[in-house]
Amino acid sequence: MADDTQAVKTPASEVAPAEHTRSGTYYRPNVDIVEKADELIVRADVPGATADGIDVKFEDGTLSIHAKVPPRNQDVDFLVREYGVGDFYREFRVNETVDVARISAELADGVLTLHLPKIEAAKPRKIPVKT
Amino acid sequence: MVLRYMNPSHPVQQLRREMDRLWSQVMGDQIEPPWTGLVRGQPAVNVWETEEALFVELETPGLKSDQLDISVAGDQLSIRVHRPEVEEQGATYHRRERPVGSFSRVLRLPSPVDADAVEAELQNGVLCIKLPKAKEARPRKIQVVGK
Repeated sequence: MADDTQAVKTPASEVAPAEHTRSGTYYRPNVDIVEKADELIVRADVPGATADGIDVKFEDGTLSIHAKVPPRNQDVDFLVREYGVGDFYREFRVNETVDVARISAELADGVLTLHLPKIEAAKPRKIPVKT
Repeated sequence: MVLRYMNPSHPVQQLRREMDRLWSQVMGDQIEPPWTGLVRGQPAVNVWETEEALFVELETPGLKSDQLDISVAGDQLSIRVHRPEVEEQGATYHRRERPVGSFSRVLRLPSPVDADAVEAELQNGVLCIKLPKAKEARPRKIQVVGK
């Protein structure tokens, strides 16, 4: 179990060069992507983010998550500093089976959950076999 | 990891920080590399101090207060967190990066603390523990009397 885990945040290196309105460090949030019969669920760890700082965009088949994290403890003398505080950013390619208009997002305890419903045509359909 | 070995003003640590900073500038990523002593599966912590208290902060996204276990014994602070595995029926995982399971971290505190007055606050997935220093560890201002 412990082998699957990582305490260190990875930098947002795979992020495409998008324009950012403020300089600073961006982190790549850890995500779970779960596919169910009727929807895809994306869960992203964005500790420190508040609901009004969440920016979820869909553009040109790319879903982007930007979670603003207000700076904290900037003027303190760190004895140990193992992680940095900064915004979270990550992009995903989303294929055409997702009903973009019905994407919804919620934030609870630093976890952002996105629901990406599938369009009707993409849902699995059981074909009855005639005898 | 033991706090007393973490001496940020040690020349070697300074050199290392400087090299890390230079390296990250060249490579374009601005993240601060993890400090020494960090083991996979251990939650990363930030620790700082003021005159009155020590502060320990860690990121605990998705955790409720009953999944956290914090205790202070002598000069040791131990933090245990448990993030339960949620098994979803009839679902396929495409990515599974968010850690699940139990994680613990024990920190040796650099100064004595008042264990009864320790407070912990959980906000937006960030846990901040405030450990007020024991009376004898607080700096005492000495008045200079002029004659």
